[in-house]
Amino acid sequence: MSIDKPLTLALTKGRILKETLPLLARAGIEPLEDLATSRKLVFETSHPGLRLVVIRGTDVPTYVRHGAADLGVVGKDILLEHGAEGLYEPLDLNIARCRLMTAAPVGWRPGGARVRVATKFANIARQYFARQGVHADVIKLYGAMELAPMMDLADLIVDIVDTGNTLRANGMEPLEEIAAISSRLVVNKAAMRASHGAIQTIVDRVGAAVAAAGEA
Amino acid sequence: MTSVDRWQLPDGVEEVLPAQAAVAERLRRQLLDMYRSWGYQLVIPPLVEFTESLLIGLGADLDLLTFKMTDQLSGRTLGVRADITPQVARIDAHSLGQSGVTRLCYAGSTLHTRPKTPAGSRSPIQLGAELYGDSSLAADVEIIRLMLATLETAGLDHITLDLGHVGVYGAVLAAAGLDDEQEQTVFDALQRKSLPDLEQALADADPRARELIVSLVDLNGDDSVLSAARELFAERAPDALAAIDALQDVATDIRRQRPGVAIYFDLAELRGYHYHTGIVFAAYVPGHGQALANGGRYNDVGGVFGRARPATGFATDLKALMALLPAEETGRGAISMPDIDDPALQDRVDALRAAGEVVINCLSAAPDPRCDRQLVERDGDWVVQPLNT
Repeated sequence: MSIDKPLTLALTKGRILKETLPLLARAGIEPLEDLATSRKLVFETSHPGLRLVVIRGTDVPTYVRHGAADLGVVGKDILLEHGAEGLYEPLDLNIARCRLMTAAPVGWRPGGARVRVATKFANIARQYFARQGVHADVIKLYGAMELAPMMDLADLIVDIVDTGNTLRANGMEPLEEIAAISSRLVVNKAAMRASHGAIQTIVDRVGAAVAAAGEA
Repeated sequence: MTSVDRWQLPDGVEEVLPAQAAVAERLRRQLLDMYRSWGYQLVIPPLVEFTESLLIGLGADLDLLTFKMTDQLSGRTLGVRADITPQVARIDAHSLGQSGVTRLCYAGSTLHTRPKTPAGSRSPIQLGAELYGDSSLAADVEIIRLMLATLETAGLDHITLDLGHVGVYGAVLAAAGLDDEQEQTVFDALQRKSLPDLEQALADADPRARELIVSLVDLNGDDSVLSAARELFAERAPDALAAIDALQDVATDIRRQRPGVAIYFDLAELRGYHYHTGIVFAAYVPGHGQALANGGRYNDVGGVFGRARPATGFATDLKALMALLPAEETGRGAISMPDIDDPALQDRVDALRAAGEVVINCLSAAPDPRCDRQLVERDGDWVVQPLNT
C-alpha cells in the first residue's frame, strides 16, 4: 500500500478554524508554522505524513469528495446544503455550534399561500418548507439576510443563528429551528480504504480530543 | 449559439483522441479476449430499449440516470441505457433462456443524465461480465477474480478489494425492528458512517437495537472486523453469521490466489443494497477517489422477464481505466509508399500490411511524419529502406 503518500486535511477558514486548531493540538496535530501570519497555502504538521490546507467551508466537501484532500473539517450546514454524498462523516467535533433557523420581523404572521424566503441555504430551505407543506419562493442571497425583509425582498429568512443579537438589532426574531449545527470531520471514501490505518489513527485521536474537550 | 462555441461538447461528454483511443481499444480487445478465454460469451445489447425492461429492479437511481424519449413507432418510452447489466440480465432470462450456467460479457457506451461521481463522465464505456444460474460462493469468487484480472491486465497494481455482504445489515436491521421512517434515516446515516447522525436517528429506539446498529459504523477494516462482528452478532443477530462466514471464505480464497491484493471489509457497505442479495465488492487503487470496478450478487433480477436466476457480476468503466494509463506515443515505425499504380508495389504493400506493418500512402505530399522507412524501386523490386529525415 502507498503508506508514504502524505494525507491532506482540509480546514474551514474563519471561526471554525479558530476552534479547530486547539482541538487538533490536543490530538497532537499542530501546524509547523503560524497559519495566521504565513502566506503559504499548504502547511506541514507535527503529525508525520499529514499536511493541512485552509480553504472556504463550501470548498471543503468538494476537495474531499474529489480526493484532493483525504479528510476535512466542515460545518454541518454546508453538508446539509450541498449534500454529503461520497463522504464519510465519522465525528461530530462539537465546535462552532449554532442553529440553523427561520427568522422573521417581530410580529410577522403568515399571510397568503406562499412565502418568500431569503437564504444562503437554498436547498435546505426548499426541503424544510416542503416538509412543512408551505410553498416557498426561495431567493438565494450571499450575505446580510436581515436586510431582505427590511427591503421587502422576502418575508422570512433562513440563516445561522448564534446569539441572535444581529437578528434583534434589526427588528427580527428567530422562529423555528431547522437543524442544530456543529463542525464535522469528513473523510473521502476511497482514502478510507487505501489508507485505512493512517486515517483511523487520526480519527481516533481527534475523537479522543473531542471527548476530552467535552469533559473539560 | 455563436460560431465560437460550436466546438463545445456537453458537460461530462468527451471524445477520445488517437493517443488515448489506441490505449482504450487495445485494452478493450485484451479484456474481451481474456473473458472469452474464461468462457464468457460476448453479447451486444442495443443502445436503446423500452424503459420497462431497462429499469428493472435496479433501484430508483437508475431511473434518474436514464435519458428518455418517446418511441414514434410504438408510443412507448425508450431509454438510452445508463447501465448494461439489466440488458444482459434480460438476454439471459429471456433471449437465451438456458437453464444451466450462463457466462456473458459486454462492452459498450452508456449515457448518464448526470455524472455518477464528481467530475465523472456522463458517457462511460461500460465493460463487464455476468455469471447466471449458480448461487454458490464459488461463482462470486470467480467474478471477483475476473474483476481483479481485469485491473491487472490494465497494468494497475496496489489494488484494494472492498468486500461487504448485504446480509449483515439485513440481519441486524431485522433484529433491531425499526419502523420504516427510522429505517430510512438509519440507512442514510450509515452510508455516511455518521455516528452522530445515527445516534440522533435512533434516539428513541430500543437501546439494544441502537447498540446493535451503531456497532455497524465501526465494522470496517482488516480481518479483525469479522471476528468482532461474530462476537457482536452471535446472540443478537445470528442471521448475520452466515454472511460473515461467506465473507471469510471469499477472502481466504482471494488471498491464496492473489496475495498482492489488500482486502478491506466494510460490513455496512450499502451500495446497491436494494437490489443486491449477497456479497458486494469493489476495487480501488491509490490516488483514484472512486471505485474503479464494482459488482455483487443480485439474484432474482430476471424475475420480471419470467425467470428469476441467480446472478453475480461486475462492471468497470473503460474511460476511467484509460485515464490512469500512460497515453501511447504517436508511434514511429510506419512505412511510406509512393502513390504509384504498380501491381508489384501493391502486392508488396499487401504482404507488409498482412505482416502487421503500417504502410501509409504518401499521396502527393511528403511522407507522413510517423514513417521512418519507405518503399523504393530497386531493379524492378520494391524494397524497404530507411527514410532520410
